[in-house]
Amino acid sequence: MASPVLRLEKVCKSYNIGQPSEVEVLHDIDLILERDDFLALMGPSGSGKSTLLNIIGLLDRPTSGRLFINGQDTAALSDAELTHLRGHTIGFVFQYHNLISAFSARENVEMPLLVDRTFLSPAITARASALLARVGLERVMNNLAMNLSGGQQQRAAVARALAMSPDLVLADEPTGNLDTKSADSVFELLREVNRDSHTTFLIVTHNVDLARRCDRIVEVVDGRIEA
Amino acid sequence: MKRWMPFEWIAASRFLLEGRLQTLFIIGGVAIGVGVIVFMAGMLSSLEANFIRRVLTSQPHIQLVVPDQVARPLRNGGGVIEDATIQRPAQRIIPMNQWPKIRDQMLAMPGITGVSPTLSGSALVARGEANRAINLVGVDPATYFGIVPIPDYIVAGEARLTSEDIIIGTELAKTLGATVGDKLGVSVVSGRNRVLTIAGIVDLGNKGTNLRNTYVALRTAQSLEGMIGGVTTIDLTVADVWDAEIIAQQIAAMTDIEADSWIATNAQFYSGIKAQIMGNTMIRVFVALSVAFGIAAVLVVSVIQRSREIGILRAMGTSRGQILRVFLIQGGLLGFLGSLFGALMGAAGIIEYHAYTMQPDGTELFPLVLDRWLFIDTALLATLTGLLAALAPAVRAARLDPVVAIRG
Repeated sequence: MASPVLRLEKVCKSYNIGQPSEVEVLHDIDLILERDDFLALMGPSGSGKSTLLNIIGLLDRPTSGRLFINGQDTAALSDAELTHLRGHTIGFVFQYHNLISAFSARENVEMPLLVDRTFLSPAITARASALLARVGLERVMNNLAMNLSGGQQQRAAVARALAMSPDLVLADEPTGNLDTKSADSVFELLREVNRDSHTTFLIVTHNVDLARRCDRIVEVVDGRIEA
Repeated sequence: MKRWMPFEWIAASRFLLEGRLQTLFIIGGVAIGVGVIVFMAGMLSSLEANFIRRVLTSQPHIQLVVPDQVARPLRNGGGVIEDATIQRPAQRIIPMNQWPKIRDQMLAMPGITGVSPTLSGSALVARGEANRAINLVGVDPATYFGIVPIPDYIVAGEARLTSEDIIIGTELAKTLGATVGDKLGVSVVSGRNRVLTIAGIVDLGNKGTNLRNTYVALRTAQSLEGMIGGVTTIDLTVADVWDAEIIAQQIAAMTDIEADSWIATNAQFYSGIKAQIMGNTMIRVFVALSVAFGIAAVLVVSVIQRSREIGILRAMGTSRGQILRVFLIQGGLLGFLGSLFGALMGAAGIIEYHAYTMQPDGTELFPLVLDRWLFIDTALLATLTGLLAALAPAVRAARLDPVVAIRG
């Protein structure tokens, strides 16, 4: 049986360790995400959602506990190895200022591939164009990121997150900054990619309606996952 | 995006292009700094060339002369000095011993480009009632004119030296009221004399030299001084005038001949040049420092402004090394581009200054020297300064915690 895309075992995260102000923001988190999962992560502000997302995205390390990506224990990996693993297996969609403004939509999507392969190739450009066409941005792909609407920027960000064909996409409030119509459209796009590419999605959202349209909802309260 | 450019170069150039105004200002700042360096260095080179041209117009780079004659202390049979009081003997003109052998040695020595044996002595020149003490230099035109280019400074007549000819300076010609074709009586202390014809009048750019120095064929001088086949000095030119003193010391060490370089005989002038070089170096250092601080300040601000983008890049798999290089390249590019514009500004400035500052007679005040290495060195220095200045901001960018960076 294939390993789950993500497995967290007793993950804890504390800040200011050893100081009087030491605080534990995540307590014994256990979580498994299988291939194809489309999971909503909810919780009030300050509950530890972002910290959990950063740990899952290999941007931060847990204080204790173990984290497995595709069965690989990440505890012993160096910073460079984590960066490489992150680049190849995890895609990110952020809420604000998601794209790099100096580049066009296509160049933003080309970026993860360029970072990995150093030189731009026709194959990279073709892939970026295909992804942007898939998210409905073929007509504006050469526009600078700053000239795109909020919805277009998020669509381009989704295309960029998919550039490396990741196993897991982490979306932090991907629709939080959009009007209802755009939010719905972006959410449908994520859902469609999940269905077509069997990519696992973990979506942080405050929007209960959107969360209900996910396969699973996990709620974080005071640093613990509520059943 | 260009296919031949690696990721770091693409990101660096785009970041610079996006902050266009900021980039333009700092390139302008670097350009002004580099322009000052190029202008100062160009001026110094030109002035140096001018001084050297003036100093070395009438003298060789190295002159080999017979060592001074010394009196030995009186000793008894047992080697004990009987009378320690030694009176310095009067120096008389004596020929250089074994000079053809020394000449051949010099010709074989690396770094030496010209060798010419000469005979120098004092003489009296007379025309009618007027007379003057002169320095009579007997030369072989074939070799000597390669060392002191007298034909280049002839203002009347020609640089011809048969056994009946003499070339005199402009001041002596004025004093004697003589011109080309006139006869001059030349006599030496021993009483020998000859009547010579003025073949040419030369202006060596120095009043004293133009009054004192006269040139005759080597055989004419040997005949007048009663030194047939002999020479008193050997004049040398070297490939690099600044190596003259070192070569002179090498010659002195390998022969028993005294070797005087132009540096030793013009010590005051040489130390003046050295002081100028030192001053110029200090200016370069301070300008480079101000350029470095300017670039560093801009990049520090850029790192702060772009911290979220750095975070996003890190999230998508960009390594710390790649982020470091993105900012180092920006620093290098700012330095390099600034140096290109600065070099143009500096060169234009010195060309304009050279054209503007003329002597009253309309000739140039100093020769314009624009060495291509000045531009290459300055571009390298500015690029290196940019890289070094970018180091601290680049390290800061590379060390940014992606979580903190994305949060902004």
